[in-house]
Amino acid sequence: MPLLMPVLLAGLLFCIGVYGVLARRNAILVLMSVELMLNAVNINLVAFDVWLRDELLAGQVFTLFVITIAAAEVGLGLAIVLLVFRNRATSSLDEMTELREDAA
Amino acid sequence: MTLVETLFGFLGVVAVGAALLVVTTRQLVHAALWLVVCLAAVAGCYLLLSAEFVALVQVLIYVGAVVVLLLFGLMLTRAPIGRSDDLDAPLPQRLSAAAVSLGLAGVVVVASIDAFRGEQIVLGDDAVAGTAGDAGTALFRSWVLPFEVLSVLLLAALVGAIVLSRRDIGPPPGGPSPDVSSV
Repeated sequence: MPLLMPVLLAGLLFCIGVYGVLARRNAILVLMSVELMLNAVNINLVAFDVWLRDELLAGQVFTLFVITIAAAEVGLGLAIVLLVFRNRATSSLDEMTELREDAA
Repeated sequence: MTLVETLFGFLGVVAVGAALLVVTTRQLVHAALWLVVCLAAVAGCYLLLSAEFVALVQVLIYVGAVVVLLLFGLMLTRAPIGRSDDLDAPLPQRLSAAAVSLGLAGVVVVASIDAFRGEQIVLGDDAVAGTAGDAGTALFRSWVLPFEVLSVLLLAALVGAIVLSRRDIGPPPGGPSPDVSSV
């Protein structure tokens, strides 16, 4: 199999994820787009691992690590989104415009 | 074209199409379900690349856990069932996002074709593959320290998510931290 097939697939998935992060307004949809980007990276890791025939299976083990970190990231991200929703009754990123209270 | 290449191309087209639907559909729940299709197609790609264990973990954790978590989040934020028009940013921002991602795609495609044209992945006759045995041996022989550190990271994320979601954990009495949960 040409190495280009998985590499191009990964590149396209990553760019779709970038579009999702930039163009979506709902926080959970942005999290989904981040998952797409992480998956693109994983495809690259596995493809290069198989291409280089790594004795230590570094690419595949790193893929497992990335999958674990993605799970942790989604858990924390959703907890933050739920907290924001509880306080402000919205999950739209455009409405979260304050970093501080007004110095009244 | 061999069978493996044909299958990989098919799965790649499915993955890219489903990913496009994830970032463009106007129904929140459909986005999560298309994400399942995309992640499952990527798992199939791992299988074709002989990384069986990674494919299984992908199905278990991504399709099983992450998507269910995302659906939970959708339900808990009272996501509208059916079409809703406020999921996307306004049109100018979408256009610039499309420009950015198309530009990035152009750079990535040209660069990787330039770098890896003609390189072949040889599958099949392998001493080192990606079965559960191989992956387990690599994980617990060469990568055991990062593996353990990762378990601590998961524990930290677990504790953090619990602290963020519980209402009855306030700041320490007289403490300096502002009470975010009472805003």
